[in-house]
Amino acid sequence: MTGTVGGCAGPGFGSVPRKEDGRFVRGRGRFVDDIALPGMLHGAVLRSPYAHARIVSVDTTAAESHPKVRAVITGETLAARDMAWMPTFSHDVAAVLATDKVRYQGQEVAFVVAEDRYAARDALALIEVEYEPLAPVVDARRSLDADAPVIRDDLDGRTGPDGRGNHVFDWETGDEAATGVQFARAAHVSACDLVYPRVHPAPLETCGTVADYDRISGKLTVHATAQAPHAHRMLYSRIAGIPEHHIRIIAPDIGGGFGNKVGMYPGYLCAVVGSIMTGAPVKWVEDRSENLMSTSFARDFHMHGEIAADADGRILAIRVSVLADHGAFNATAQPSKFPAGFFGVFTGSYDIAAAHCRVTGVYTNKAPGGVAYACSFRVTEAVYLVERLVDVLARDTGRDPAELRMANLLTPDRFPFRSATGWEYDSGDYPRALRTALEMADYPALRAEQKERRAAYERTGAGTLTGIGMSVFTEAVGAGPRRLMDIMGLGMADGAELRVHPTGTAVLRLSCMSQGQGHETTFAQIVSHELGLPIDAVQVVQGDTDNTPFGLGTYGSRSTPVSGAAASVAASKVREQARQVAAVLLEVAADDLRWDVGTGTADGGNFAVAGVPGISVTLREIALAAHGGLDLPDGVDGQLTASTVYNPPNLTFPFGAYVCVVDVDPGTGEVDVRRFVAVDDCGVRINPMIVEGQIHGGLADGVGMALMELVAFDDDGNHLSASFMDYLLPTAMECPAWELAATVTPSPHHPLGAKGVGESATVGSPPAVVNAVLDAINVRHADMPLTPAHVWRALQGRPIRPDIAIR
Amino acid sequence: MGVTVNGVEHVREVEPRLLLVHLLRDELRLTGTHWGCDTSNCGACTVWMDGLPVKSCTVLAVMADGRSVRTVEDLEGPFGLDQIQTSFMDCHGLQCGFCTPGMLMTARKLLDDNPDPTDTEIREAISGQICRCTGYRNIVAAVRHAAVAEALGRGDT
Repeated sequence: MTGTVGGCAGPGFGSVPRKEDGRFVRGRGRFVDDIALPGMLHGAVLRSPYAHARIVSVDTTAAESHPKVRAVITGETLAARDMAWMPTFSHDVAAVLATDKVRYQGQEVAFVVAEDRYAARDALALIEVEYEPLAPVVDARRSLDADAPVIRDDLDGRTGPDGRGNHVFDWETGDEAATGVQFARAAHVSACDLVYPRVHPAPLETCGTVADYDRISGKLTVHATAQAPHAHRMLYSRIAGIPEHHIRIIAPDIGGGFGNKVGMYPGYLCAVVGSIMTGAPVKWVEDRSENLMSTSFARDFHMHGEIAADADGRILAIRVSVLADHGAFNATAQPSKFPAGFFGVFTGSYDIAAAHCRVTGVYTNKAPGGVAYACSFRVTEAVYLVERLVDVLARDTGRDPAELRMANLLTPDRFPFRSATGWEYDSGDYPRALRTALEMADYPALRAEQKERRAAYERTGAGTLTGIGMSVFTEAVGAGPRRLMDIMGLGMADGAELRVHPTGTAVLRLSCMSQGQGHETTFAQIVSHELGLPIDAVQVVQGDTDNTPFGLGTYGSRSTPVSGAAASVAASKVREQARQVAAVLLEVAADDLRWDVGTGTADGGNFAVAGVPGISVTLREIALAAHGGLDLPDGVDGQLTASTVYNPPNLTFPFGAYVCVVDVDPGTGEVDVRRFVAVDDCGVRINPMIVEGQIHGGLADGVGMALMELVAFDDDGNHLSASFMDYLLPTAMECPAWELAATVTPSPHHPLGAKGVGESATVGSPPAVVNAVLDAINVRHADMPLTPAHVWRALQGRPIRPDIAIR
Repeated sequence: MGVTVNGVEHVREVEPRLLLVHLLRDELRLTGTHWGCDTSNCGACTVWMDGLPVKSCTVLAVMADGRSVRTVEDLEGPFGLDQIQTSFMDCHGLQCGFCTPGMLMTARKLLDDNPDPTDTEIREAISGQICRCTGYRNIVAAVRHAAVAEALGRGDT
C-alpha cells in the first residue's frame, strides 16, 4: 500500500487497517487473565482497612487450614527472604507486604494462594490482623506541620530538613532573580491557586500476572501487564534475587495502560513468591476496587501560579510554586533526575523572557504513584497551569483569550527554541495550529452566539450558557537522551532488531510494548517504508524479554520517538547491508547502486546500477543471495540482519491547538460538551488513522478529568472513589464527535520526522474544557472536576476546592 | 445447572455464588468476555441471555440455568465475520480490544432491533459501556458503517 503523509511518499505510511484487530473482534485476544496454565493456583491480596495504623499482629492460622489454601504470605514471610521492601523508581523504598505499619487504605498486608479465585478470597477473611490505628495525614497542606504524624518512620528522620518528617524533596527550575526582575517591571500580574486533583488512569483491564517458577531450571516466567518488560525483569531480579537471565517477562495483549502498568506492584511479587513456595504457577489479577485504591494514581499537584504582562498584553514571566502529594511512598515512575517530571515545560507555547518554579513533594497516607495517566511525566499539569493562567490574565486585563494567545505564541522562526527553563523545543508552528482551530470552530460566530445566549438567559432566566475554551499546548515526549534520563539507572534508550528472511519477509523485534496503540501495524509500516516490503510481510515481536532487545518500554509517548527511530535505523542498516550484497551480485561498486523503494510489492525495493537501465536486483533476490553461497567481501556479514540501540538526541515536542464549546445549564450546573476542535501536530504521521484514534482517546480523557474524574478521601483517609460507581469515567453520552485536523511540522532530529502523540490530547484537552466551562459561567477560576455540583456552587460564588472540601 | 452457550449445552455443578462471567471464562474457557469492573458500569462483560444483553459480572451463573447465552465468540458465522466485526475493523473502532467484545454484543443487539439508528441512538445504546481508548467517535462510526452495509446487503434504498 502507498500513502503520502507529511511529505513522505512511498510505500508503508498511510491509514492502513490494523493487523491486531482480527483477534480482538473475535474475542481471541490473549490478556493476562485469559492465561490458564496447567496446575495454576490463584492469589488474592488482603488489604489494609486503615489509612495509617501500626500492625500489632497477623494471625494466618485459620487461613492456612482452609482446605483449598496452598500458601499464605505475610510481611514476615517476605522479610525472611529480604523481600518485604522493594526499591521504587524514585530513589525510595515501598513495602511489598506491610511489616511495621500500614500507610494507606488498601495497602497490601497479606497474600493467599489457593486452588481457585473464590477460595483465595474466602481465605482472606480468615486472616486476623490486629491494628493500632494512628492519626493519618490526608491533607497535603498539613503534611509538613510540626505536629503532623510522621508516615515514614522507617526512614528514621532522613526525610527532610528541620525534622519535617513527611518531606520528600524540594526542586526548582528557572531563574528566580530574572523572573523577579520581569515581575517588578510588569504592568499587570495575575495570580491563581489551581488544584490538579488526584485522578486514576483506570485502564479497562486491571493489573495482573501469572508467575511461573520452575524449581528444576530455576527459571521464572512472568506473564504480566507490563508496559516496560525489560525494566521489570531487572527489578524482579534485584528484588527476588533471581539472576536476570533466568527471568522471562511476557507481556501478552494489554487492555490499556495509560501509565498504570509501568510500576512494580506488590501483587506481582507476591505471585512470584507464591509460585516459588508452591511450585505451581500463580495467577493474581486485581479487581477494580484494588486497581483504583492501590495502583499508581496521577496528578495531585497543588499549584500557585503567577503570570506577569506588560501594558500591551505581552507575557513577561511566570512564577509557580507547587505542593506535590506523592502518597505514602515516593514511587513516581519518571526519569529519576526529574522529581517533578517534565513540569519544567510550564512556559508552554509562549515567548516568555523568564520563569521560575519551585516544587515540594510530601508524603501523605494515600497510595503511591504520581506519574501516570498519559501525562508525559507531568506535562499535563504544566499545560493546565499555563493555559489556565493565560485565560485568567485575559479575563483580568479584558482581552480576548485567542488574541492574547496569538500575540504571545512562539513564531516558527524561533525554532529550535530554548525555553526560559532550559528545554530545547525541536520544531513548531503554533500560530498556524491556533489559526486552523479557530477557523474550524468559526470563532467569531461562536462569540456572537455566546453573547446572544447570555442576553437571552439574562432576559428570561431560562436557557443555557455557551462557553468557548481553548488551549495551545506544547508536549515533551520521547525520553531520553539517556545521559539525562534514566529509570533506576537504566538509560532511556531502546533497541530494535530486524531480520529479513531468505524469502524476503521480515521480523522486527522491539523493546517497547503496545497497550492498544497498534505497534504491530505502525512498526511494520516503518519497515515497509524503509525497505519497500509489504506491511503484511513484516512481523513485529514485542513484550517478551527472551525474544526482544533491551529497552525501556512504552510510556511517556516514547514508542514512535524512540523505538520508531530505532526501527528506522535498523532498517537503514539492513538496506546498506543489502547494498553490499547487491554490489557482489551485480558485480559493480556499491557506490554505483541507487536505491528505489518501489511500491510495496513482495519483491521489496531494489538496487539499480546508476546510469545503466534495466540492471537491478530486488530486496527479495538480495535476501536469498545473502543467505546463500555468495562470496562476500571482508566486513560484510552474510544474511540480512541488523540491530541498533537508539539514544534520542532530544525529546520531541508535538503541539496543538484545541477549541472546546460547551453549553452549561445554570439551573443544574450540568455541562454539555457540544463541540471539540483539535488541531494536532505530531510531525510526520506514519498511520494517520491510528494517530487520530490516539487523539480521540486523549480528548475523552480530558473531558473526564475536567468534568468528572476525582480520587477523593475523607478525613480518616478512607478512599471514596473505589469503584466505577464513584470514580466516574466519560461514556459516549459525554463525548462529542471530535473534530480533528492536522498540521505537519517534522521533527528535525527524528529519522522519520515523527514525534510522539499518545498523550498529546490528554495533556492538551483539560484546560480547553475547563476554560470553556468557566467562560460560560463567567467565573475566574474553579477547580476540576467541574461536576454539576461544582459548577452550580461556582455560579453561586462559592466554588469548591477539591483539596479542601474533599481532601 | 444447564446452560446453552453459543448453541452448545453445558451441564455443570456450580457454587450458587459463581458469577456468569467466571463460568464463561474460567470453566468454559470462553475468554472473549472480559471482566472489567464488578459493578455493571463498564460493560466489558456484556453477553446475551435469551437474546438480551446482560452484564455477566452481575449475573449469577445459576440465573442462566435453562437459558441461552451468546458471547462474542459466536458472532463469526460459517460465512465469515459478522458485519459489526468488520465495521469495527474498518472504522478503527477498537484499540486495546478489551471493551470490544462487550461493545460488539451491544451494537449487534442495537442493529437487530433498530437497523437504522441515529448517532444519538448509538451513543445511548453504548452508554452502559466504557471505552478508555477510542473516545467513542470511531465506535459510533463503526456502528453506522455496519448499519449502512447491512442496509445495502438487504437491498434497502
